[in-house]
Amino acid sequence: MVSTLMYVALSAFLFVIGVLGVTLRKSALMVFMSVELMLNAANLTLVAFANQWKSVDAQIMVFFVITIAAAEVAVGLALLVMIFRRKNTTDIDLMNTLRG
Amino acid sequence: MDLLLFGIPALVAIVGAIAMLLSRNAVHSALYLLLNFAAISVLYLLLQAPFLFATQLIIYAGAIIVLFLFVVMLLGAERDEQAPHANPWQNRGAFVGGVLLLIELALLYVNNPGTIPIAANLNDGFAAPTEIAKALFTTHLLPFEIASFVLLTALIGVVVLHQRRS
Repeated sequence: MVSTLMYVALSAFLFVIGVLGVTLRKSALMVFMSVELMLNAANLTLVAFANQWKSVDAQIMVFFVITIAAAEVAVGLALLVMIFRRKNTTDIDLMNTLRG
Repeated sequence: MDLLLFGIPALVAIVGAIAMLLSRNAVHSALYLLLNFAAISVLYLLLQAPFLFATQLIIYAGAIIVLFLFVVMLLGAERDEQAPHANPWQNRGAFVGGVLLLIELALLYVNNPGTIPIAANLNDGFAAPTEIAKALFTTHLLPFEIASFVLLTALIGVVVLHQRRS
C-alpha cells in the first residue's frame, strides 16, 4: 500500500507548479488554468486523507470544491471575455485600471 | 505493484503539469491540463473514491477544460504573451517562492513525525457512491443547497455580464 505521505508529496509538488504558473505566466487564461491545478492538488490531499481515515466527509468537501471551481471558471471566463472585448488582450499586466 | 499503479499516474500528472506551465500555446496548455486531470482521476480511483473519479472526469475534463478551450479559441488568444512581465522581480520572486515551498516539502520528510494513525474503520467500501449520497443528503444537506444556490448565482451572473448594453 502506497503511503499517504506520497500522495501528499505529489499534491504539494503540483501545488508548487500551480503557484509558479500563477506568478510566471502573463496570460490571464494561463493564470486561471494554474489556479485549477492548485485546486486539484488540494483535492488530491483531501482524498488521500479521506482514504487514510476511511472517512467520507473529506470526499464530500472535494465534491463541493469541484462545484465551486466550476462556478468560478464560468464567471471568471465570462469576465475575461468582457475584458478581452474592451482591451483586446489577456495580459494581466495591462489590467490595471483600478490601480491606485 | 501498488507502487507502479501509483507511480505511472503520478508521473503523468507531474509531466502534464510541467508541460502546461512551459507550453507557449494556450491550447496546448489546456490539453496538458486535461492530461493532468485525467491522471489525478486515476489516483482518485486508487484512493477508493469512485464517485470522485467520475465527477472529476465529467466536470473537470468534460466541462471546465472544454470551456477553457472554447474561450481560448473564441478569443484567438493562443499566443498572447509577447513581452516579459512589467515587473522584472516577479519571475525571480516566483522561483524563490517555489524553491521555498519545495524546501518545506523536503522538511516534511526529514521531520517525518512517523506513521499517520490508521483508521479504526477498515471497510474498503466506505466511499461507495451510495455512502456518499447518504452523507450528502443527510449530514451535508445545507452545504448542498448552498452549492446549488452558488451555481444559480454564477449562471445569472454570466448572463448579466454578457447582456448587450444600449
